[in-house]
Parts: sequence; structure tokens; C-alpha cells
Amino acid sequence: MRRLLIAIPYLWLLALFLVPFLIVLKISLSDVVLAIPPYAPTLDLSEGWAGIKAFFAALDFENYWFLTSDDLYWKAYLSSLQIALISTAITLLVGYPIAYGMARAPQEWQATLLLLVILPFWTSFLIRVYSWMGILSTEGILNQVLLFIGIIDEPLTLLNTNTAVYIGIVYTYLPFMILPIYAALEKMDDSLLEAAEDLGCSRIGAFWLVTVPLSRSGIVAGCFLVFIPAIGEFVIPSLLGGSRTLMIGKVLWEEFFNNRDWPVASAVAIILLLILIIPIILFQRNQQKQREVEG
Amino acid sequence: MRRFSWFNATSLTLGFAFLYLPMILLIVYSFNASKLVTVWAGFSTQWYGELFRDEAFLDAAWVTLQVAVISSTIATVLGTMAAIVLVRSGRFVGRTLFSGMIYAPLVMPEVITGLSLLLLFIGIGLDRGVLTIVLAHTTFSMCYVSVVVSSRLVSFDQSLEEAALDLGCSPFDAFRLVTLPIIAPAVISGWLLAFTLSLDDLVIASFTAGPSATTLPIKIFSSVRLGVSPEINALSTIMIGIVAVGVITASLISKRASLRQQQDEQAAARATG
Repeated sequence: MRRLLIAIPYLWLLALFLVPFLIVLKISLSDVVLAIPPYAPTLDLSEGWAGIKAFFAALDFENYWFLTSDDLYWKAYLSSLQIALISTAITLLVGYPIAYGMARAPQEWQATLLLLVILPFWTSFLIRVYSWMGILSTEGILNQVLLFIGIIDEPLTLLNTNTAVYIGIVYTYLPFMILPIYAALEKMDDSLLEAAEDLGCSRIGAFWLVTVPLSRSGIVAGCFLVFIPAIGEFVIPSLLGGSRTLMIGKVLWEEFFNNRDWPVASAVAIILLLILIIPIILFQRNQQKQREVEG
Repeated sequence: MRRFSWFNATSLTLGFAFLYLPMILLIVYSFNASKLVTVWAGFSTQWYGELFRDEAFLDAAWVTLQVAVISSTIATVLGTMAAIVLVRSGRFVGRTLFSGMIYAPLVMPEVITGLSLLLLFIGIGLDRGVLTIVLAHTTFSMCYVSVVVSSRLVSFDQSLEEAALDLGCSPFDAFRLVTLPIIAPAVISGWLLAFTLSLDDLVIASFTAGPSATTLPIKIFSSVRLGVSPEINALSTIMIGIVAVGVITASLISKRASLRQQQDEQAAARATG
């Protein structure tokens, strides 16, 4: 009984998570050929030991070398990191005041406010990204409003630029930033602020010296929750970004579907994972530390 | 005493305006008579009519619904099993790998999950269609389910189940009669989460769907790639409406349930005290 309980989900994950991942690893080391499927396997297990020896003898990181030789790839990695980093910072700046306002709102509003933050999360991600296309386009609502008020004389080009990508990431990932910060602020004891002010702190001083450090765990969690998925993002750069927006998720997609270069697409995926491992480990540590503090 | 300042009120107002205005505009423009999405030409419901006459959309919606119901149901069973293994099973060979495989898909970029599953399906010669999308969605959403359920299982008092076993229940009956009703809210929210993730997924479905099966997100993505479309506005409005009604109803039900539980506990406290 117990064995069966462990075996069923275990085998499922082995077959549909680990094995596919190993296939990606294997194909990233294969050679491209014009065929279906478009790669030549270098590892042939049917030949037994000789096959494995031949595999290691012929092992080359050709596709990985290819990635370093072409500007496109490392530029795409760097620009994904840059876009993710900047949009995480903006999301924090936008999200913190909202979380702070929620935590200070009257008790009877809190459940409703929380619901209002969670509601967009249940709404289709694709639709939320799409909703900005009508707003940001040249004849879009934002340009119409700005022209009407008289702030600008001619419409701004916003859609299909990196600015639109930043807006898209901030908008769609905002709830992920607000929720952990709110959770941290909500637990805070208000008498600490009163104590700080009694001891001569200004209100702003008390905010920086008491509130911000106490919400640190929420800030860190929120930043990782935005940063990690933003790096591999595909939908936002392909709908809101332009031809010059380079993000690695989009490059992988195009390499696979348009160029049909599976080995290179697989190598792109493996390197993307290697880049992601560092923030993921840091995030895990932060969560663990948090649990120890609370536990 | 909490001090709710003008600054707080302003940031909340602006923040929620930012979160909701784009969706409200989408809803408003779905009733626009003009084909030009940015010019208001009077109220009309013609785009809804066109949407419901579009066979391709209806087919895609049907496929999406099937995939979501089947995959979230299997994912809930598998995810609950995995949660019980994680919380209860103690040590066993390969435990670290197991918990790694539960948590890794949560942070794995969708493009990589999609790519790896597609390569598997091609490798074993499985034709891409509804089945492959279901397998893919089940795999990533079972991990979300198991995280939700295990957080509830951790706080569950195991002595209740032991009492049932002492009183002669079989392990399965003890689970069915004692544990399951207590973790039911988490199991249900796990199912809802899995269902929503499946409805919503574009990237993994694009990799694992063949020409025979198109899901709604794939259809939406291919029609908005080139620009705004009034039919998609109408479709979005319907989807936003369903989600809003669902989430609000669920929160009202859970509010009432927790209120009742509070009353029951108070009554019990009075009766025993």
C-alpha cells in the first residue's frame, strides 16, 4: 500500500519530468541534420558498451560553442537578465506602497482588498497581456488621452518596444510582489513604530529603520517570484515587445519552431537553466530561513 | 492604532486602478460597434454573435475544457498522493529526488518544460493531440496541487487518524473518513488551481499540441499576434466574467464556512465548559 502510494507519483514524475529533461540534455549534445527528427543522436544505447564509449569519444559541446560564437545568444541572455532585473525593481517600487496601504487599511477592508489582488491572478495571463495591446498602440487609448490633455503633440511609439515589455511584466507579476510583502507587513506590531517615534525618530525615519527591515523577507520573496519567471518569459516579449526585444524564451521558441534547430534550442534551454539555478537556490534559502524564524 | 493616511489611500487607489483599468477597458471595447478597436462607434453586441458563430473558437474552447477537467482531476489525485508521501512517508530511497521533482517544475521556465515534453513525445512516437496536452498539464499542475495539499497536511493532527485505526478502520477507510474531509478544502483549491493553470497555459500547450487539437489560448495567441481583434475582446470579457463570478462565489462560500466553524467551535466550547 505504502509502496504503491510512493511509486505512482514517483514513476509519473520520472517518466514525464526527469526523462524529458535528460532527452533535452542529450539532444543538446547531438548534431544537426536535415531530417525528421532534425538531429543525429550521438548516444546509441542499442550498441551497448561500445555505443556509450563512442558517445564519450565523440562528445563535443559543438552546440554550446555555437552559442558563444553567435552574438545573438549571449546578447539575448544578457538582455533577458537586464529586462527581468529592471522590471523586478519597478514592480517592487509599484507594489510596496500598495501592500503597505493594504496592511494599514481598516481591518474590515482587508479581506476585500486581498481578494482584489488575487482576482487578476485567476484571470488569464494571456488576456491580461493582450489588454495592453489596445492601450499602448499608436492610436491606442493612452496616446489618445495624452494627446487630448496636451502633454504630447504626436503619438508615442510604445507598443513593440522594451517599454511595453516592462509595463507588461510589472502588470502581470504585480500580485506576486504585493502578496508576500503584505503578508510580512500585516504581521508587524504597530507599537514598534510608536516606540521609534517616542524615541525621537521621524515618521519617515521610522519607516526606513523599522518597517522596511521587518518586511525584508516579504520583499526578497516577492522579488524572486517576479525575477525568476520573468527571465524565461515568452508571451510578454512576443506580444508587447518589438523585433529588437531580445529575450531568451523567445529565442528558444524561434530556434525550435522557425529554424527547426533542435540541438541548438536544447543547448539554449540547458544554459537558461544553469542561469536560473543561482536565483532559485537563493530563493529556497530565503524561504527556509523564513520558516525557521517562524517555526 | 493603525494610521491610514492620505498617502496610503492614494497608493491603493492608483494601484487598483492600474490593476483593473486595462481589463475594464477591454470589457468596454468588446461592446464597441466599430471594427477599429480604438474608435468608439456606439454600443453593439455583434462581436459576441460573431464569436459564437465561429466554429474554430467553439472547437478550441471544447478541447480546452476537456483538457482542463481531465488533467486537473488526475493532477489532484497524483498531487494529493505526492503530498502524503512528502509529509508522512519519512525516509525512503530517492526521497531527495522525489521532492526535487515536485518543486522543480514550479520554477522551470515554461518554454523548457514544453520543449522537453515535446522531445519525449516525439522520441516515443506518441501522436500529438489531446492526450499529450493532458499528460503535460497533469505533470506540472500535480506539483502545484501537492504544494497546496502538503501545507494543509503539515498542520493536520495525525492522532485523529491513529484513533480511527485503533478503532478498527482500515488505512484506506481512515484516510477516506478522517483525513480526506479535513484536507478537503486544500484538495479543492488544488483542483481549482490546476484547472485554471490548464485553461490558461499557452506555451506548454503550443509545444505539446498537434495540428489535430488546438486549445483556446493557442487560438487567441495566433489571432492577436498581429494586433487587437474585437472578437478576442468579446471572448476575454466572457472569460473575465466567469473568473470574477467564480472567485467571488468561492470566497463567499469559504467565508460562510469559516463563520459556521467558528460558531460550532464556540458552541462546543460552551457545551464542554
